[in-house]
Amino acid sequence: MGFEFVALSLPPLVIGVLAAMACALPGNFLLLRRQALIGDAISHVVLPGIVVAFLITGLVAAVPMMLGAAAAALAAVVLIEAIRRLGNVEPGAAMGVVFTAMFAGGVLLLEQSDTSGVHLDVEHALYGNLESLIWLDATGWASLTDPQALAALPPELPRMALAFLVVAIVTALFWRPLKLSTFDEGFARSLGLPTGLIGLGIVVMAALAAVAAFDAVGSIIVIAMFICPPAAARLMTNRLEHQVAWSLVFATLSAVLGYVLAGYGPLWIGAATSVSAAGMIATVSGLLLAAACLWAPHRTA
Amino acid sequence: MSALELITDAGQPVAEDLSQAPLALRGLTVSYHDEPVVFSVDMTIVPGSMTGIIGPNGAGKSTLLKAALGIVTPLAGRVTVWGQPLGKMRDRIAYVPQRASVDWDFPTQVLDVVLMGMYRELGLLRRVRPRHVAHAMECLTRVGMQDFAERQIGQLSGGQQQRVFLARALAQKADLYLLDEPFAGVDAATEAAIIGVLKALRDEGKTVVAVHHDLSTVEAYFDRVFLINRRRMGEGPVATAFTQDALQATYGGRLSDGFVARQSAG
Repeated sequence: MGFEFVALSLPPLVIGVLAAMACALPGNFLLLRRQALIGDAISHVVLPGIVVAFLITGLVAAVPMMLGAAAAALAAVVLIEAIRRLGNVEPGAAMGVVFTAMFAGGVLLLEQSDTSGVHLDVEHALYGNLESLIWLDATGWASLTDPQALAALPPELPRMALAFLVVAIVTALFWRPLKLSTFDEGFARSLGLPTGLIGLGIVVMAALAAVAAFDAVGSIIVIAMFICPPAAARLMTNRLEHQVAWSLVFATLSAVLGYVLAGYGPLWIGAATSVSAAGMIATVSGLLLAAACLWAPHRTA
Repeated sequence: MSALELITDAGQPVAEDLSQAPLALRGLTVSYHDEPVVFSVDMTIVPGSMTGIIGPNGAGKSTLLKAALGIVTPLAGRVTVWGQPLGKMRDRIAYVPQRASVDWDFPTQVLDVVLMGMYRELGLLRRVRPRHVAHAMECLTRVGMQDFAERQIGQLSGGQQQRVFLARALAQKADLYLLDEPFAGVDAATEAAIIGVLKALRDEGKTVVAVHHDLSTVEAYFDRVFLINRRRMGEGPVATAFTQDALQATYGGRLSDGFVARQSAG
């Protein structure tokens, strides 16, 4: 059990938990700013950016992917504005069109390009490849203290850990301005706080989490984690500090339960094969939100 | 002498001393989407005064206040606070936004909101000490909300929410208080409590400026008025500036005849 668990289940579990938490953290602020759909948008828009970055550099690496995603986001903003002005279309519709069109464009690009050598394909973009992120050098729990074995961990793990760490530290450091400008932007501006920059910072944090998570877990988890854990957490408490803590708990719970259910659930009910962990994690987060809607203590403020 | 200098000399004094004015606007123009909302407004607030900004709906009252605070960026014009640029003087200004401008379902408590008024003191990471909490509680006591410190803000009535906003402004320990419609949609008890606090501030030598829409209480509440309808329509002590003619000019046809009649009778 020790060897199998450490080598096959521990890395995907940890990556899933880190990805879920990294997305849930900025998701709290997006939700309170009524910008939850920006998370959705980011996770769609980054796909063509990542593909183009790969086509140009031939690498699936963090920096070019991040730059590609940023360029795609910028292109999306310009396109939305152009459609809104030239087509006289309402902003919501303009956004919807641009995000789905860019995601579809990304899918087409992926199909046409030669990505056979790397983990980059349409299915991967949606579900990620959580189950395949195994740790072949692990021999058991002792490997956790063996530097040589640790060096062979799937690179997604340290990458995701770094992204979560950055998001967590930035959130902790700028907690007061984030809270103040989210609650009362006018008052925050009267204090001289750069509210535009703070809003942009939240979106950049979300984009960082989305790009880092995208590679490992796919866009389904990213979209679900931006919204479900924070929304469920909001129903548990009337304090932002506690809401953020609860959202991390729900994100972790979704990732662990989802992974376990995807791997063993179908076997328990007699099915022969397991299901996608990413899909199950997103489903569990939705079920947790549904449960919170029914039974959480602060359903009405 | 060039034409430009001649125009400048003919307009305002070149070296106007505004160091005594808690707030002064010169030629302030603000526009939303190419449409001017506030057009070339001059305003000089007198220290230790209580000024009501009066005008019809859509006259640019709130916008004027927001531009004075740098919340919206003016197209043209100058804002000085005791003769200095706004950026240097933010510590001396407290602001009460319109109550409806925030989402009261936000997950936070009354005491937390008041502590937000001490942001410039607390900064990014300084710990909230007992003396900070004590000061916040003192501010809540001044507005009669000391028993609500632990309440979620969404559970308060409109009047209570407005008092919490005033307590947050008090926590800013400012010398100039700018309030946007502080009496909008509040109960009579709250209105009395708020005006009591504002008058006490004035009596301490602070300066109070409030956007106000109820013409019937102007004389009781304020000692100066600033009349605006996109442009500056009048400014001065209530006795001389808050006249029927000035109101008629400010409100145009929108001022009810009943009110004008009452004003002239009184």
